[in-house]
Order: sequence, then C-alpha cells, then structure tokens
Amino acid sequence: MTDSVAGISGMIIEKLLANPKVPRDINGNSKIVEDLAFDSLAVMNFVMEIEDELDVSVPLDKLADIRTINDLAACLHTLKASHA
Amino acid sequence: MIDIFAKHAALRAAYDGLTAVSPRNPFEVVIERPLSATVGLIEGRETLLFGTNNYLGLSQSGHAAEAAIETARTMGVGTTGSRIANGTFGLHRKLEERLASFFGRKHCMVFSTGYQANLGTISALVNKDDVLLLDADSHASIYDGAKLSGAQVIRFRHNDPVDLEKRLARLSDHPGAKLIIAEGIYSMTGNVAPLDKFVEIKKRHGAYLMADEAHSFGVLGENGRGVAELQGCEDGIDFVVGTFSKSLGTVGGYCVTDHDGVDLMRLCSRPYMFTASLPPEIIAATLAALDDMVAHPELRTRLQDNAARLHAGLKAAGLQTGEHVSPVVAVTLETVPQAVGFWNALLENGVYVNLSLPPATPDNRPLLRCSVMAAHSPEEIDQATAVFKQVAEHFRD
Repeated sequence: MTDSVAGISGMIIEKLLANPKVPRDINGNSKIVEDLAFDSLAVMNFVMEIEDELDVSVPLDKLADIRTINDLAACLHTLKASHA
Repeated sequence: MIDIFAKHAALRAAYDGLTAVSPRNPFEVVIERPLSATVGLIEGRETLLFGTNNYLGLSQSGHAAEAAIETARTMGVGTTGSRIANGTFGLHRKLEERLASFFGRKHCMVFSTGYQANLGTISALVNKDDVLLLDADSHASIYDGAKLSGAQVIRFRHNDPVDLEKRLARLSDHPGAKLIIAEGIYSMTGNVAPLDKFVEIKKRHGAYLMADEAHSFGVLGENGRGVAELQGCEDGIDFVVGTFSKSLGTVGGYCVTDHDGVDLMRLCSRPYMFTASLPPEIIAATLAALDDMVAHPELRTRLQDNAARLHAGLKAAGLQTGEHVSPVVAVTLETVPQAVGFWNALLENGVYVNLSLPPATPDNRPLLRCSVMAAHSPEEIDQATAVFKQVAEHFRD
C-alpha cells in the first residue's frame, strides 16, 4: 500500500479526509496550501502524522518544494526508499 | 510593475478582518508609561500589567537604573559598531565573565538581543552537513537560526522524548553532527521541557543538546539557572542560550558552554559579527540586575507563589489553562473573534494581557497569554482573575 507513490498518495488523502474541515473532492493534484487552506504550521503538523505512518522524517527544507498531495507522496516515497 | 506587496494579500485580509471587529488594534497597544513594574498607563487608565516578561520586576530596579545612568555619564550611550570590527569594551568582557561564573561554565558570548543569541549560536554551530532536531513549538528565533544555518531541520513533537528518540534513531547512519534544541519554559504556553529526559537521549545517540532558557532564567532552579538546574541535568546541556530582556529587565542575549570550540563562533557567527554590540549603559544595568537577582532569591519564591495563585484563579474562573504551573499562564479560547472580544474587554476593565493568534500558537487556537511577576501583589492577581471571570461569564451568556 505504501511502497508506491500512488499508494502513499491514497494514504495521505485518506488521512486528510478524516479531518471534516478538508474539502471532500480532493485528489492527488490538489494543492495543499491553496485547495486545503492549510497554513505553514498546519502543513508541518500534518506531515508529522504521515511521518509516523511511514517511519520517516521529512526535513523542513524538502517541504518548501511541495505543492500538491502527489508532490508530498513522491517526497515521502524517495525518503522511504533511501532509508530502506 | 508588479505590486511588491501582492504576496501579502492573505495577511492583509486577515489583518483587516481582525481590526474591523476590534475596537482597538491589538498590535498597536501603547503603554504610555509604566507607573511601577505592575501598573502602566494605557489609554489614560491605570492598567494592571499581566502581559510583560518582567518576571522579577527588575525592569524597574533602581539599582540597575542608577548603574545605567552612571555608566552613560562616564562612558557614553553606545558602542557604534560590532565587537569584531570596532572593538570590545571592558564591560562586555566583564558581563561575559560574570555570566560564565553564574552558570558555572567555561565560556560565555553575549549578543545584542535574545533573538540574535539563537540566530548567532545555531548558525555558527551547524551547517548543511548537520541535522537540527527542533521541538515543534520552538520560538521563531530558533526556526530562523535553523534557516540561516542551512542545516537539515527535523521537528519532533512538543516535549515528547519518545518522539525525539524515534527521530534520532532514523538518523543513525547520518554522517553529520546532530544538535537537539529545546526551550526551558515555552513562551506561549508556559509548558516546561523534560530536559533531563532529553539529556539521556542525546547521550544514547551521540547528539548535542542546546537549551533556550529565555523564559526560565531567573525563574526556575534554586539559583535561577533555569529548568536544567531545576531538573539537575546541567552537565548534560552543551549550550545554554538566554536573554536579558525577561528576568533581568534589559535587553541582550547570551550563550554559555564548556565547549572550547565556542571561541571560533566569534569569527563565524554573522549575527554576532555584523551587529552593533550592547551599549555600555545596558551592560551596566544588566550586571546590576543580575546582582539584584542573586541577592534576592525570595523574588523567585514570590514569583512561584504568584504563578500558582494566577493559575489557580484562572482555573477556578472556569477558563482553560495549561497543566504546568509557571509564570506564563495561557488561557486557550476557541475562535479568533472570541479571543479578540475577550482581550478588548479585559483591557477596558484594566487588565493588559497578550493576544496570541494562530499560526504563532500551538493547536491553531488563539491564546490570551498572561505572565505574572514577583512584583504583583496577591490583591492585584485576585483583581485580574476577578476581571477574567466577569468577562468570561459575559462571553458565556
């Protein structure tokens, strides 16, 4: 489930939808800040939840380049692969 | 021509929205002048000050004021440059020696502000090949220092040793130095860090530990050396950073350590090298305030009693506060409009506290941040909690 970018993306969406404030129609191309109305702190806190799920840590500088859910999934996949 | 301020459109909208519902701008409160450590003149009214960081009341120390006046008369009011370029005054050295001795450390570096102490220390200690592990609720100066350093930054859950250890374990193969940073008392919530637990963890993982005791210096520990002294783990803290602008009532910051390598920081810490150094009268006032602090340990006892009284009073008024009893007591509210209304009502009823709004607060909820002083009388604290209770009842109706 979490060994592919698509699998990680699906897991992120599932986690996001557990928050009732998140729009119901999100997909992998949804922009985290613009479409989900997350501020910088909310993004960092959400990423912490995902980190636990995948047992990786995302350095903050990596977050700067992330726009969409799929970007985040790709970043996590790379980090996970490098730790494997 | 591209509007250079266009990027701040969302900030503008939030700011306009806030000021539209608030009878006064919360970011532009003017304390016309302090009448004492605990009372200031705001909008022409005598107002109880419960929103300063003047924990020991020493901003109004007569001893410190006299020292500043005398020094300004004999040495002038400024240094006009940085120590690396324009020279060190004897007083800079004296203050560094005094602080090193107070903390029982080999070395001390002073900075022109507490913000710069974090920026200057962090950016000189680590670089792009290293990893910083920051408590998630760290002060902006720690995040900014991290950014300036270029090191990889990994956040761990606030005050959570298990989470910190998990993240260090993931870094076991990382070749760079690892520096953990935590605060003693957290400035927004008053939470106290488990520094003793962090020391055990850093030893197991070969990491360094820096503690920012800005809000705990002069406040906790038998001698006022902060949370590390209170928890008996000073030996395990590699670098202690702090400020003079809270308990000592002046301005400036410091880093103390036993690591000899710190001398090189004077040659590579840009926030130290490229800023005008502390003016002599501020150093004289700081030294005098430090003498006051050492000579009057009862100030700390009174501060703890006052912290307990304010904390209990706010809890009894049915307000949501943190669990830690410390001189910072944060009342958590649910919505920004509610917090803005509450804060205005407190001020109109003669109590000044800090309005803290997300994202500068944990959990995305607004806080009314109160801070108590040794100088507050029990009657002043009871008056403040009575006003809180009255306003809270109004907002419940």
